[in-house]
Amino acid sequence: MNRGRRIVNALMTGVFSVAGWVAIVFIFLIFLFTFKETVPIFTDPEVKEEANLHKFFAEQEKGETVSDRYIWQPTSDRPKVSLWPIILGTLKATFVGLLFACPVGVAAAIFSSEFAPAKLREVIKPVIELLAGIPSVVMGFFALIVLATWLQDAFGFTYRLNAINAGLALGFALVPIVYTISEDGLSAVPRSYREAAYALGASRLQTAISVVLPAAAPAVFASFVLAFGRAIGETMILLMAGGNAALTSFSLLDPLRTLSATIAAEMGEVVVGSAHYSALFFMGTLLFVITFISNTLGTWVIHGMQRRMGGSAS
Amino acid sequence: MKLVARIVSTFLLSVAVIACGGREQASGNTSKGSNTNNKPLTIKGSDTMVILGQRLAEEYMKKTPGAVVQVNGGGSGTGIAALINGTVDLAQSSRAMKDDEKQKAAKARGSEIVEQAVALDGLAVFVNAANPLQSLSIAQVRDIFQGKVKNWNQIGGPDAPVVLYGRESSSGTYDYFREHVLAKGDFAPAVQTLQGTAAIINAVGRDRNGIGYGGIAYAKDVRPLAISDEGKAAVAPSEATVADGTYPLSRKLFFYHSQNAPERVTKFVQWTLTPEAQALVTRVGYFPLNQQ
Repeated sequence: MNRGRRIVNALMTGVFSVAGWVAIVFIFLIFLFTFKETVPIFTDPEVKEEANLHKFFAEQEKGETVSDRYIWQPTSDRPKVSLWPIILGTLKATFVGLLFACPVGVAAAIFSSEFAPAKLREVIKPVIELLAGIPSVVMGFFALIVLATWLQDAFGFTYRLNAINAGLALGFALVPIVYTISEDGLSAVPRSYREAAYALGASRLQTAISVVLPAAAPAVFASFVLAFGRAIGETMILLMAGGNAALTSFSLLDPLRTLSATIAAEMGEVVVGSAHYSALFFMGTLLFVITFISNTLGTWVIHGMQRRMGGSAS
Repeated sequence: MKLVARIVSTFLLSVAVIACGGREQASGNTSKGSNTNNKPLTIKGSDTMVILGQRLAEEYMKKTPGAVVQVNGGGSGTGIAALINGTVDLAQSSRAMKDDEKQKAAKARGSEIVEQAVALDGLAVFVNAANPLQSLSIAQVRDIFQGKVKNWNQIGGPDAPVVLYGRESSSGTYDYFREHVLAKGDFAPAVQTLQGTAAIINAVGRDRNGIGYGGIAYAKDVRPLAISDEGKAAVAPSEATVADGTYPLSRKLFFYHSQNAPERVTKFVQWTLTPEAQALVTRVGYFPLNQQ
C-alpha cells in the first residue's frame, strides 16, 4: 500500500469513527441534560415542596371520582401535579394504536410475504413504507378534521377528540413499523421450512399461520416493541387529535393528554427552574427511560432471532 | 487511528465551542447597537393579538420606509417571558403584566417596563349555532367550566352532555377567564385545551354540545352568548356594549416594552395610538381605546 492511500484510509476511518462517537455522545449529553433539569425535584427545597415523587404518584386530592383525586394543574394557585392523568392518557393512546397497528401490520406482512404475487409485493412494500414518511402533523390534522367527524357521526361519541380517534391516527403511523420488521422476519424464514410443510400436506394458509409465523415470532414481537416505543414518544398526532384534557379516566371515549403532548404544550411558557419546569423534565426523563428500555428490548430480540435463524432481519 | 480520531474530535469540539461563544457575543452586540434603523422590530406574545399585531405591522411598514416589523404568537405568557429574556423588543399581552414579572423584566433589561394599552377586547363565550341557549350568567359559566354543570338541561338547554373547550395555560385569555369568570378557581380537568382561539371556534363549530371562550373578533359560525353579571340583565357582546363597559367580560390588550427601548419600538407604539391605527383596530374586530 502506498503512502497516499494509507493516509486517506486513516483519515476516512477517523472521520467515520468520529461520526459514530458524535452520535453516541449526543444521546448521552441529551439524556444528561434532561436528567440534570429533573434533579431539583430531589434537591431544591423550593421545588421539592411543590413537585416531588409523592405528589407525582400518590393521591393528592379528595373527591368522589378518580378524575377529582388525581389532577394535573401546575399553573393553578394551588398547583396539583399528579402524573396519573397524563400517564394514563399516554397508555390509552398507545394501547389503541397498538391494538390497531399490530394485527393490521402483521396481516399485511403475512399477505405480502406468503400470498402476494411477486409483482404485487413490489408495489405493496414501498407503498406501506411510504406511510412512514407522512409527517405526523399531517396525520394529526387528518384525524382532527376528518377522522374525528367520521367516528362521531358513526358511533355518536360525546367527545369528538378521544382516545379512539387519537389511537387510530397513531395506529396509521405504527403500521409501517410493524409491517416492515415483521415482513423482513417472515421473508427470512428459510425456504426449507415451507417445503417441509408442503411435503406434509399443509395448505398455504396452514403453512403461513402454523409454520412461518411461529418461526418469525421474534421479529414480529420485536416490531411490536419498537412500535410501542414510537407510540409512547409520538407527539404531534396526539397533541392535535387527542383533545388535550388531562383527565384521569379509563374510558377510551374521553379526551386524553399524553406525556409528550404535555411537554410540547407547556414547555413554551414555563418559568425556567420552577417546579413546573422540573416536572416537565421529569416527564421527559420518564419517556426517555421507557423508550430506551423498549428499544433495547426490541433490538435484543431481533439479535436473538438472527442467531437462531441464521438469516438477516433488517 | 485513535490519534487521528482524537485530533478530529478535538477540532470539532473547539469549532463548536467557538461557534457558541461567537453567537453569544453577537447577541450581546444587538442590544447595544440597537439604534440602527433597519434592524427588525420583533413582537411576540398573545395569540389573540397576532392578527391585530400583523395588520398594524403591515400598515406601519407601508407608511415607514425601511422599517421591518416581525410579529409572532405563542401566548401572552410566552411573549412576556421573551421580553424578560430579552429576545423580543415588544411583548403583546391580553392580560396585564404581573408585578413580579415587571420586576424581573426591569432587572433583566436594566430599566422600567412601560405599559401601553392598544385596544379593547370583549371576551365572548361561544356555543354551537344549533344550541338553543341564548344567555348565561357569569356564575353559570363558572359552574360549567368548573365541571359542576355536566348536562345542558341543568341550565335550561337540551338533554345533552356539555363538552368544554379552553385555552392552554400560556394563554392570556386563559388567565383572564380564570381570574374574572372562575374567580381564580380551577378549570375542570375535562376541559380540552386547544392552541388558539381559532381552534376553539373550529371545534365548537363542529360540536353541537361544545362551549368555548375567546376574543369576539374570531366569532364565526358559532354563537356568542349574552352574558349577565350578578342581578343585571344579560348583555350581548358588541362594539357598543364593550366600548361603554356594559358587557361584563371586556379587557384591555397591551403592549409592553422597556423604557430604554430603541426608537423603532417607541415610534411604533406611539403610532398605534393614532386615529389611523385605531381605525385598523376596529377593522380587525377589536374596539378602539378612549371613546369616552
